[in-house]
Formats: sequence, C-alpha cells, structure tokens
Amino acid sequence: MQKESKVVHVGLGPVGSRMVRHIVTKRKGIRYVGAIDVLPEIMGKTLAEKILSMKLSADAYAGDIVVVPVDLVFVQDSTGPLTLRQFNETSLDSIHRPERTIFFIDHSTPSPARELSNDHIFLRNFAREKGATLSDIGEGVCHQIVAESFANPGDIIVGADSHSVAAGALGAFATGMGSTDIAIAMALGKTWLRVPETIRVLVYSRFGKGVSAKDLILHVIGRIGADGASYKALEFNGEGVANMTMSDRLTIANMVVEAGAKVGLFPSDRVTQSYLTEQGRVEKYIALAPDSGANYESTIEIDTAQLEPIVAKPHAVDNIAPAREIKGVHVDQVFIGTCTNGRLDDIRVAASILKGKKRHPDTRLIVAPASRKVLLAALEEGYITTLVKSGATIAPPGCAACLGTHQGVLGDSEVCLSTSNRNFKGRMGNPEAFIYLASPATAAATAIRGEITDPRELL
Amino acid sequence: MLRGKAFKFGDNISTDHVVPGRLLHLRSNLPELAKHVLEDADPTFAQRVKVGDFVVAGKNFGLGSSREHAPLVIKMSGVSAILAKSVARIFFRNAINIGLPVLICDTDKIADGDELEIDLKRGEVNNLTAHTPIRFNPIPEAMLRILNEGGLIPYIKKYKDFAATPKEGRE
Repeated sequence: MQKESKVVHVGLGPVGSRMVRHIVTKRKGIRYVGAIDVLPEIMGKTLAEKILSMKLSADAYAGDIVVVPVDLVFVQDSTGPLTLRQFNETSLDSIHRPERTIFFIDHSTPSPARELSNDHIFLRNFAREKGATLSDIGEGVCHQIVAESFANPGDIIVGADSHSVAAGALGAFATGMGSTDIAIAMALGKTWLRVPETIRVLVYSRFGKGVSAKDLILHVIGRIGADGASYKALEFNGEGVANMTMSDRLTIANMVVEAGAKVGLFPSDRVTQSYLTEQGRVEKYIALAPDSGANYESTIEIDTAQLEPIVAKPHAVDNIAPAREIKGVHVDQVFIGTCTNGRLDDIRVAASILKGKKRHPDTRLIVAPASRKVLLAALEEGYITTLVKSGATIAPPGCAACLGTHQGVLGDSEVCLSTSNRNFKGRMGNPEAFIYLASPATAAATAIRGEITDPRELL
Repeated sequence: MLRGKAFKFGDNISTDHVVPGRLLHLRSNLPELAKHVLEDADPTFAQRVKVGDFVVAGKNFGLGSSREHAPLVIKMSGVSAILAKSVARIFFRNAINIGLPVLICDTDKIADGDELEIDLKRGEVNNLTAHTPIRFNPIPEAMLRILNEGGLIPYIKKYKDFAATPKEGRE
C-alpha cells in the first residue's frame, strides 16, 4: 500500500507578476512543491502599472506615488519659453539627457508675430547652448515627430503639451504636464506620478465604411464625458485594437486627455513592431500587454462595426451627435490636419473623397500635414495634387489653424469643421466662432457639400 | 487665513478660457497677458478682481491645454485660491507647482460675490455672506509638500530632488 503524502505547508507567494497559491507535500522524506492555482486578480497589472513597474524595478499599483526616470522630455514653442525660464530658476545648470530633450517649434510656424519670433530665438539659442535637440519650423507637430522618431514601447515620456498622451499608441506611458514639471524633468531626468486607476476600453470588430478611429474616440468621450477619465488611464484592448493601424491608435491616444485621462495606452504588438520597422528602429520593439488578471476600475465595450460618423458640436468635445443628425449645418471653413488627424492615412482618406471634385464655393478648405515626412509622402502619392485641384489651401507641417494663432483664424459667427481635438469657445482665435470636430472623411464630405455631411453619403 | 470675494464660474472652464491661443504672442509678457485673464469666460473679471479674491468654479476647472500661463495669470491677478468641484489633472499640478492653492469642495454653497474666509490648515471655507461652513478635501500629501514650499521650483532648490517628496517606489 502506497504511503500517504503529508501536507507540510500551503502558502501564497509571487511568481513573476502573479500571486501563486502553492502546496508543499512530503512523501518518503522528499518535499514536493506544487501550484494549486494562480491568483492574477491580486497581482495582475494593467499596462500603466506594468510600464511603471518595469521602470521602477518594483511593483507599482494604482494609487502608489512613484518617482520614475523619463526617457524623453519635450516642449513646444508655446510652453517652451516658460519651461526654459523655470529651468533657469532652478540653478541646476545642465539638462540631464540633452539628446532625449527635444524643443519643437510647431505651434506658430512660420512665426506670425515678432514676439513669437523672439520666443523661437530663445528656444533655438537655449538648444544650442545646452545641447538639446531642436525640431524647427517645417518639421511638424511634436506628437507626430515623437511617434515617428522617438517614442518606444515601455518608455516614460513627458511633454509640455496636453496631447503628449498620443505616444501611448506605441505602448509608452506618455503624459502632458506644465512648464515647471517639465523644467524639473529636464534637469533631473525624472518626475513623480500617481499610478493611475485604469478604465479598460474593449474594442471589437472593424470600422465600417466611412467610420474611423476619430469616430470611436469621440464616441468614448461623449459616453464618459469631458472628465470621465480624470486622473485615470484609458487602456484600449481587444480584437478591434489588433485590427487598428498605428495611425488609428495615435488618433485615439491623442484625444484621451479630452476625457481628462492621464494616459491612453495601447498594447505593443505586431502593429507596433511593423510601425517601428517602417520608422527604422525595430530594435526598440518589445511586446507589451496587460496581465489577464489586471484590476480595472471599469470596462467599456465598443463594437466598432456599430459605430457611425460622429461630430462634436460647439463648445465641448463631449457634446457629440451622429453626423447624420446635424447634417445641413452650413460650414465656412474645413480644417484637416493636426496631431489628431494630419497623418498620411488621414490625407489619403480626404483625397480619395475629394478626387475629381471641388470644395463648395462658400467653404474654405485648409489641409496641414502633421509632419515633413507626411507632406513628402502625400506629395509622392499625389494626394496633395488632388487636394490642391479640389480647391484646398495647403498649410506647412505644424499645428496650423488648430489653436487660433494663425493660418485660419475664424471670423465672427463663422463655423468651422475641424479634424483637430478641441472645440472650446475661442479655440480657433475667435470666441464668437463655432467649431465642430469630426473625422477626415466627414471633413472631406463637408467641404464638398458646404454643410455638415455624413461621409457615407459620398462613398 | 485667506479672505476675499468669490468670482463664480460654471463647469468646464478650459485653459483656453483663461488664456486663449490668440494671445499666444503675449506669453513671454506675463503682465500684459494677465490683463486678459479669464477673458473668454468673463470679460470684466480682470478689471474687477482684487488681491485676495477667489475663483470659484464648477466641475473640471482648467481642462484642456497644459499651458501653465493659465494658473500663473490667475495668481498674478491677485487670486489667493481656486475653489472648484473638481479640477483637471494638468491644471491641478501646474497650480500647485506655482504655489496657488486649489481646493476641491461643494461650490454650490457659494454665490458670486460672497465674502469667503479660508483656513487652509483646518480645511475649512467659511462663507461670511451665507454663513455656511464648507469643508474642502485635503490636498494630496505629495502636492501639499510642494505647496508648502511655495511651489516646485523653491522645493527643488531646497531639496535638490524629489526624494523628500514622494518616496521612490510605493507610498
């Protein structure tokens, strides 16, 4: 008769990132250790927790206050001068990692005013003096260049611009801060963060005809509200995410701040790998996914096949309506571009709808490619020719009309439909104007009809 | 103890309302920019506000752009604290970093023009006009330490690092 084994110990301990309940038995004087079950709900990590834990080499969970090293720090020309003045105040003399500190001149480019030209001089001289990297006029919007040239999965990225969250598309913990925080991050090479709780957005299926990532994120913001994710992470997951291009992911991650989120994270997967390959730095690829037992504050499910073209009405990003419900609103200006929707895929969609057609005579059309790289590709593919023939005005790579400084400031009572991310009162230079936000497809269809149009009517 | 008059604003006052992009050229000329503080929310605010007064808002105050010029010009206008039902994340950090207290409380109990007295240490707003005491949420410890030094720059000048603020690792 076989001798019964004797239970010596039942315990709980970490194996990797998981808690494992185990049993230790003894038979014939030999100790056997066996796993009973894995308890991922105790130790599983969200993407935000995972990235911050990697950087800390210690477990970080929602609610923890952490000090983490930063892999990339950047400013742009509207927040940069104040950042540099604050940096000078610290009496810390050098930039921690100048080659990973970027000054972007993108908001007012080329400069429309002498004061701004002087700000640009300040940024250029400071970059030269301290060895920081300069991205001057014509290179494009900071967030697009961060994606093209700098952001890597698992990085911590801080920028003096609220849309710095865009790099979350590549699986980087990327967030926006103000000038003083960024000045200190530049000087010390680190920052402090509260590890955010995470709202999971589970995405299914594929986008239908005329529907895109912009419609999805406008839908999410409308559903949870302009403060629906305040201080939190939004994490996008599911088969619908696996089907999305990097361009789609950048559009979505870019706008999470419009729901108040600290960060908008995508897993790093084959799409990320092929994007990094295209950009010539595939060696920076690492796979990143949340743990199956990660703790989410809540989950939102979206079937992309059920989505339709969405428009955010004045003067709030969460004030959404289906395009079909507000069609017919006269539009004076259509603006296609920005860090949200100024990529090659966006310009391709607009050009395909506008090909062989003309903009409505009462509706101006401004197109600003997000970067020099995008502009060059759009030229080579013939999209720029198509757009110019259709009556578009091409603005140089940069933020262009988005923030109301130049290149498309609205007149009193004018209506603009823009592919940008904000429609606050006064955003495009005039508090008496009205801004609607929509996808590039809706924008192109609207430019043709001269009134808000569901793009599916023209496809 | 802070004392002043309440200037009441609604929900979702963005940093564009505080300092719009059309005034971008004034961002390196803060005294001039401060003349336009909150212009798109209340064009008369800059002329009426006095030293010590309060900005009292609804939910999600300071959403939008990361421009730190927004809390800076509010502070320069003489405002001694911002009271709101909730405040956007970047604005909150920015305000504390420049030494401007942001207090989260039930601002429905405050009307435009009410005289307020605020005890930061006791966490209490006393509405001298309506005679209602209002509690405000404690400022998170990591931020309070920065605020108590007058902002992040004086904090870093003193400690040279974050080490004395949030712990490296978990708290």
